Amino acid sequence: MLHVATVFAPAVGALIVGFFVRLLTGRQAHLITCAFMGLSAVCGIASFLTIVYQGPEKVLLFEWIAVGSFESEWMLRVDALTGVMFFVVSFVSFLIHVYSLGYMEGAHDPHIPRFMCYLSMFTFFMLMLVSSDSIVQLFFGWEGVGLASYLLIGFWYTRPSANAAAIKAFIVNRVADFAFMLGIAATFLVFDSVQFDVIFANAAEHQAAQITVFGTTFQALDVVAFLLFIGAMGKSAQLGLHTWLPDAMEGPTPVSALIHAATMVTAGVFLVARMSPVFEYAPDVLAFVAFIGGSTAFFAATIAVVQTDIKRVVAYSTCSQLGYMFAACGVSAYSAGIFHLATHAFFKSLLFLSCGSVITALHEEQDMRNMGGLWRKLPITYAVMCIGALALAGIPFFAGYYSKDFILEATWASQAGFAHWAYWGGTLGAGLTALYIFRLIFFAFHGKFRGTDEQFAKIHESPLVMTIPLLVLAVGAAFGGMIGQVLIEPDMAIWDGSIFVLAQNNVLEAAHHIPALAQLLPLILAFAGIAIAFVMYILRPEWPALLVPKVRPIYTFLVHKWYFDELYDFLFVRPAMWIGYRLWQRGDLGVIDGYGPNGFAAVSVDIARRAMRLQTGYLYHYAFAMLIGVALLVTWYLFVIQG
Amino acid sequence: MAVPLAHYLTVAAILFTLGIFGIFLNRKNIIIILMSIELMLLAINLNFVAFSAYLGDLAGQVFAMFVLTVAAAEAAIGLAILVVYFRNRGSIEVDDINLMRG
Amino acid sequence: MIVQMLVFYVLSAVTVAAGVMVISARNPVHSVLFLILAFFNSAGLFVLIGAEFLAMVLVIVYVGAVAVLFMFVVMMLDINFVRLREGFLQYLPIGGLIGLILLVELIFVVGSWALTPQERAMLAQQPAPASVTNVEALGDLFYTTYFWLFQAVGLILLVAIISAITLTMRARSGVRRQSIADQVSRTRHQAVELRKIQPGGGV
Repeated sequence: MLHVATVFAPAVGALIVGFFVRLLTGRQAHLITCAFMGLSAVCGIASFLTIVYQGPEKVLLFEWIAVGSFESEWMLRVDALTGVMFFVVSFVSFLIHVYSLGYMEGAHDPHIPRFMCYLSMFTFFMLMLVSSDSIVQLFFGWEGVGLASYLLIGFWYTRPSANAAAIKAFIVNRVADFAFMLGIAATFLVFDSVQFDVIFANAAEHQAAQITVFGTTFQALDVVAFLLFIGAMGKSAQLGLHTWLPDAMEGPTPVSALIHAATMVTAGVFLVARMSPVFEYAPDVLAFVAFIGGSTAFFAATIAVVQTDIKRVVAYSTCSQLGYMFAACGVSAYSAGIFHLATHAFFKSLLFLSCGSVITALHEEQDMRNMGGLWRKLPITYAVMCIGALALAGIPFFAGYYSKDFILEATWASQAGFAHWAYWGGTLGAGLTALYIFRLIFFAFHGKFRGTDEQFAKIHESPLVMTIPLLVLAVGAAFGGMIGQVLIEPDMAIWDGSIFVLAQNNVLEAAHHIPALAQLLPLILAFAGIAIAFVMYILRPEWPALLVPKVRPIYTFLVHKWYFDELYDFLFVRPAMWIGYRLWQRGDLGVIDGYGPNGFAAVSVDIARRAMRLQTGYLYHYAFAMLIGVALLVTWYLFVIQG
Repeated sequence: MAVPLAHYLTVAAILFTLGIFGIFLNRKNIIIILMSIELMLLAINLNFVAFSAYLGDLAGQVFAMFVLTVAAAEAAIGLAILVVYFRNRGSIEVDDINLMRG
Repeated sequence: MIVQMLVFYVLSAVTVAAGVMVISARNPVHSVLFLILAFFNSAGLFVLIGAEFLAMVLVIVYVGAVAVLFMFVVMMLDINFVRLREGFLQYLPIGGLIGLILLVELIFVVGSWALTPQERAMLAQQPAPASVTNVEALGDLFYTTYFWLFQAVGLILLVAIISAITLTMRARSGVRRQSIADQVSRTRHQAVELRKIQPGGGV
């Protein structure tokens, strides 16, 4: 019951607000959804505790698909992994629901009820995703969060950039979902079932199985794991399928915080962790995961350093941090990845909500070049943002230190393919992370305000409804790491089988015993990054402008986001548009319309026109026609009737 | 009978065909059409009378009488129409009569 | 025998030739004259068959009335035959072919016509007719068996008269016409006017 309440309370809230969306005021809708979300949060925490102390449970809702051996039921699978996700998702979502009122009223948005409805709907789908018992049910949640993401990115639908960003997000995810669906099919092909229990129980037996695809033979589990990972790459914006995440900042900041920082983008990590029994038997795919994770961690951090929009910095930061989580999974340290997921949810949503607070205070200003000197005017925001930045940079005692640095230790300790690649990508990324986040803090909050004096006079701290969630999240960002360390105990007792690691891959213990230099390097680089940011933006603020011309090629490369968008435009978008245009012109208009409705009409008109020529109006033509008729009749009579 | 029936019928057939030719081969005027109709009716009459004579049944001649009467009536009315048409349109050339063109 | 065949061939040849000339003469007056010729010759054919009454009726009605009527109209309409177009040859091939086919089939039918045995027996059983003239025999039929049809035919002629008059009658200006009803219903007041006149003065 507890679990059902956790999952379905947001849905009830969404439905109520959704049906009365035109009749409710913003505050009423906010109250309703926060009430249900609060219920879900309480039940979520309770669920987590129940699982920890009493063990996993399953709740059957009802039957769904039963076609031959393809069976899927609506079943809530609540084990330790689910419990952690329940806790994180419901709690963070609740805080963001509360925060949203302040933000949306500050933006003078007339559609708050619709916003709250979408937020709750998203939470429902996410909770459904993490508590699913079959891969098909997980896909239901997967698609649902994708839908909610689309609706929320394009929430301010009168802006063409928002609509374009929403479509971009959906389409890039669609590419990944295509791979996901192929993965579901491959799973069914190999395991003859889509239910997790069956898959996990039989994974070991199928490790030597092989599939032949287009004439080439692959390891079956490799194929399954690879396809599912591509799906995860799209949802979690990893290198190659990441282009949608920065553009997703078109949505309101609570959306960015909830969906594109804390929860939806972490669904990919969750998927890999959930499917750990399968991934463990696909070492090549794990190597690929580590490779992608490490690359993304580094790549996104480089771009974040040159961003000027305050939200984009944090967005690329999310992309980078997700790389860390995948790197952890790639070296079979799934628990470390999930631990980082949890801490990241707290400090990243904290960072986003703080940015939202700044944006609201500055009346929708998002460009950091127009900020500066805000720490006196927005003290609470400044304070919590510093906490979030310290957590993100991996400074000791803050949450990020325990999770991120542990991941880097695990990658060093691991023998898996690309583990060291992941280590170096992550470590360099850690340096850059500290650099860009403290660049944000120093550039936006310190120095002199770069706008007009009257603008500066109007700035004031955000209302309580916004600052209280910030404070709660700050507590999590500060202490969550220390408290959550139990998650990365080497014996994985708390996970109780929900995450599976082959004994030879388990590096959780070895991670504590790596060389000191390797252990401290990320920390050293982080401090170096903070120092550089301090110099560049507080001591010598004129240096960044002087530096850029000297490194122009690198700078341009980074500002253009490594030219991924241009590359994809050239490779995919333009050909697709060209094909679409051709098919429209020649195919639809030319062939289908031409032979279809227009063709028929034209043929009818043509035939009518020819028939019209028979009606000449001349008597002798008519008489001639009659004569021909008589002749035919007589001929027929003579030869047919008489024989 | 001295002359076989078939001969009379052949003559009638030829006359009938000539009448038909007259209707659609003529490009001159409508009076030719009316005269062609009279030719056809003449052929019909010849047919009836020939049969009547060879079968010894006078009904053929009775019918030919009726045909004759109707032909006369029809010629009168047809010419009356032609006259009125000429008054209204000023021409009885066949090629000018195409108001019913579709 | 021979004479009859000869007469037959001459008469039918002339008829056919006259028919051809009817449809192909350039002058419409010539067409009418050739039509008259065709009628005369068919009358001759009728006489040859033994239907004298019908032959005479043909001459009186067709030639005397119908052909004359045609002549009236041809002359009244004042057709300028020089300007008449000839599209004859354009349709001759296909039209001629169709017509020829029809003719051949008709002759084919005609040639293969034969009496059934019953009809032949019935024919043989007919008593030789008493020598009555053709007219008398027809009269016997017209006023007894086909009496109603005879009267109906009279009605047809009546209808023809009425329609011909109705179609062509028009009110012409400047033509004085009597209206008997008006004349009869005229009163004294309309007809006579009393005036006092001074002696020596005019009206």
